[in-house]
Amino acid sequence: MTATSRPPTFLGLPTAQRPSLPTAPRGVGHLRGDRSFPDAARDALRDGQLRANLGHATSTIRAKRAAVVGEVPDWEELRQAGKALKQATMARLDELLVQLEEQVTARGGTVHWARDATEANEIVTRLVRATGADEVVKVKSMATQEIGLNEALEAAGIAAHETDLAELIVQLGEDEPSHILVPAIHKNRAEIREIFLRTMPQFAEPGAAAELTDEPRRLAMAARAHLRERFLRARVAVSGANFAVAETGTLAVVESEGNGRMCLTLPQTLITVMGIEKLVPTWQDLEVFLQLLPRSSTGERMNPYTSLWTGVTPGDGPQEFHLVLLDNGRTAVLADEVGREALHCIRCSACLNVCPVYERAGGHAYGSVYPGPIGAVLSPQLTGVEDNASLPYASSLCGACYDACPVAIDIPSILVHLRAEHVEAQQRTTPEAAAFRALSRAMSSPWLWRLAQRAAGLGRFLSRGGPTLPVALPPPASAWTRSRDLPTPPRETFTQAWAREHGR
Amino acid sequence: MTGARDEVLGRIRTALGPDRRPAPEVHRHYRRSDGRPVAELLDVLTDRLEDYAATVLRCSPEAVGATVAAALDAGLGVGWAPAGVVVAPGLPAAWRPDGVSEDDGRPAVGLTAFAATVTGVAVAVAETGTLVLDGGARSGRRALSLLPDCLVCVVETGQVVGGVPEALARLDATAPLTMVSGPSATSDIELSRVEGVHGPRTLVVVLMG
Amino acid sequence: MRVALFATCLVDTMVPQVAHATATLLQRLGHEVVVPPGQACCGQMHVNTGYRREAVPVVANHVRAFAGAEAVVAPSGSCVASIHHQQAMVLRRAGEHGLASDAEALAGRTYELSQFLVDVLGVTDVGAYYPHRVTYHPTCHSLRLLRVGDRPLRLLRAVRGLELVELPGADQCCGFGGTFAVKNADTSTAMLTDKMANVLSTHAEVCTAGDASCLMHIGGGLSRLRSGTRTVHLAEILASTEQAVTPHQATRPAVPA
Ligand code: SF4
Repeated sequence: MTATSRPPTFLGLPTAQRPSLPTAPRGVGHLRGDRSFPDAARDALRDGQLRANLGHATSTIRAKRAAVVGEVPDWEELRQAGKALKQATMARLDELLVQLEEQVTARGGTVHWARDATEANEIVTRLVRATGADEVVKVKSMATQEIGLNEALEAAGIAAHETDLAELIVQLGEDEPSHILVPAIHKNRAEIREIFLRTMPQFAEPGAAAELTDEPRRLAMAARAHLRERFLRARVAVSGANFAVAETGTLAVVESEGNGRMCLTLPQTLITVMGIEKLVPTWQDLEVFLQLLPRSSTGERMNPYTSLWTGVTPGDGPQEFHLVLLDNGRTAVLADEVGREALHCIRCSACLNVCPVYERAGGHAYGSVYPGPIGAVLSPQLTGVEDNASLPYASSLCGACYDACPVAIDIPSILVHLRAEHVEAQQRTTPEAAAFRALSRAMSSPWLWRLAQRAAGLGRFLSRGGPTLPVALPPPASAWTRSRDLPTPPRETFTQAWAREHGR
Repeated sequence: MTGARDEVLGRIRTALGPDRRPAPEVHRHYRRSDGRPVAELLDVLTDRLEDYAATVLRCSPEAVGATVAAALDAGLGVGWAPAGVVVAPGLPAAWRPDGVSEDDGRPAVGLTAFAATVTGVAVAVAETGTLVLDGGARSGRRALSLLPDCLVCVVETGQVVGGVPEALARLDATAPLTMVSGPSATSDIELSRVEGVHGPRTLVVVLMG
Repeated sequence: MRVALFATCLVDTMVPQVAHATATLLQRLGHEVVVPPGQACCGQMHVNTGYRREAVPVVANHVRAFAGAEAVVAPSGSCVASIHHQQAMVLRRAGEHGLASDAEALAGRTYELSQFLVDVLGVTDVGAYYPHRVTYHPTCHSLRLLRVGDRPLRLLRAVRGLELVELPGADQCCGFGGTFAVKNADTSTAMLTDKMANVLSTHAEVCTAGDASCLMHIGGGLSRLRSGTRTVHLAEILASTEQAVTPHQATRPAVPA
């Protein structure tokens, strides 16, 4: 999917001084890993099954996406409109949020504001308690994963049942999601069958296990049976939102399985947790995003179900509706003129599926609910870059994410920008910084540079006349020579030879 | 409560700075209407619906009643019991097979007693194979098209538009809307598509014209 | 035309034969080649590793070194991309507005080799002869930042004796990515392994590209495998003729196998 008409990828860095605003608090939610990306990736790279599952899944979905995007003649125009709409939203975010609040309230909903994960969890817990329910059904939602809502509810004695098939697999397997759209992408059918047999009460009877094969259809039907009764008895549902329309107060959830519809329709009370950036200004604007999202995410012309609702409708669906608007570091992202573009993300996961690093390292290596290229630029901004300092480097800057992104987020430029933010946040001079500073001095003075190049030529000495440098170089060069040879520097540089031959 | 609201709004104002950049102009250079003739749109819609494993039965406006019965044959098997079929309250009498019940507004979970639902739609999008139900009398409330395992939707010729922009322009944003594109499905297991998870496993569309 | 050659720091220091080949080629096409002696580095490595402040004097040196040049050509897609997209902004961020405008003007006169040949000189047949089976890896920055498109392939197709074979998964990154290859060495190696498998599946004798850095990475891996397939820069292939293999021009690989 490379269209030559498209503007080129851009590793840019305009000027900005960001005001400092509170980031997502530590100790709650899932935005920080306990290991650096390279360390976590190493385990994933060693797991052959995981790599096979990921390779298969990402290449399948890449091909599907390319086919359905290719059939839209005005894709690039939609993409540019999507980008402009998101820029326009961010430029008036305060105004639009107030408008959304007015509209939702006028139509019978209640709006709550949460500064951070802790506050959002408290609000939802309080709302559930007020209904007297001790369980909720959940629609897959990145925002509630981000804030660790399930754990918070559990601590309050409220069971949260995930109802999306992949989320269910992850929840039953006591695992972590590894993809925005297909959270169980790292599991294959045999592994899923094993989890279901182990955890679903319907297979507890001796002999019942034989009914469950590893055929995807059988597994999906097992999930249907497992959840059916939960949907019918649920009194409270918790959802996220893909979009909210400021003009009308309309909320949208885009899904495939119908679990979303179950949650959004059957319970008496609906609580929706939404990041403040999910807004679009007008109803008409949805015409852009409802075209961009399904083709980019599942590679379908349209996803099976999209639910749109505004406040409360008497006689149809939940009669009590709460909308929780979540900051949790988003305003800190907004404060960065370069980085704020990450807030335009519509969570389609196209950038994950095309990313060569994600494909090898898998989602868990990113240590956050937001994996892949978008995670590498979003998580460090939500937490403050020092809490996720290895993520901006988890990219070869190949630019595939930018090309695939339906709202044209220039992820490579944000990565480069965040690397600089990290470097500039260091109080002490690291060995790397010292090296780059020395190199900078040499490279800004022609005669010093010639001197340095001659010293590099001394590397020949290490090779003892061999064609390549020895394998056992000290770090950081050893990271290179573990798997690749390094050519021995030549006796003479090109500029030296040229000057000699042409008398300069 | 007000504390958090004011604080978040204040943070946004700080983040955007005292001289915030004006919102850029949004150019809608993408297609906003579809000039194709109706007959072609009906064919595209049929193709896209079938691509999503829905069954499509085309008929003339006079034959809707008989075709709905045929649709139920297709969805439930010949010999289905009329008592197992529920229809939206605003469904025209001529479209209703004999003996079926009208949604009586019982608690939503009570609708699981039915095997099939017949509704109309508000609008249909050819290019994406999407039916939009708007909670009105013909579409019925949301639970009606969700709980019974077979859904039959009747689409009138005039309800078919080319693309998403035309569809949204016809809809009331504040109505409870459901966009349906094929039967419920999942691709969560190794990206292989399985039709029918929680929503109706069978979708039959009666398309006029 | 009088063409200023920007060798790039990597080529100049590690694989000078690539710069020699570029000069030879341009001279053969009837152009005067000059090598501004003040040149060092475009600053990309600093910028992409996060040292954008430290990049400022490096970029300033580059802009000064090429100040008078009519047209600048470099045998490196990623350096040219950095000159186009990063230099002016690095300077602007540092408050060097005058220099930034100079950098912008210079970027407008700076070309990656295949773009210069096809777009500026209007040639695809450069009169080269290279009797080998070759596969082409479109490096990410040439492909997505510069959008060189099929220009290198058109140039290669016109080379006499050359058998061009398509590289499977060509648009996949090789895993170099500058300091990525060191900071995330394991992931980089996993990407390289797949790239090499694709290269070897073509049974090409030579893998070529427009970026010496990616070639050093792929070539270093192939060399470690003792595979026999070598990496040769596009400039070296285009400089090669029946009559003359220039002293510096290599049909030998950047990294000897
Ligand atoms: S950054 Fe773009 S491609 Fe990635 S998930 Fe967000 S919208 Fe999709």
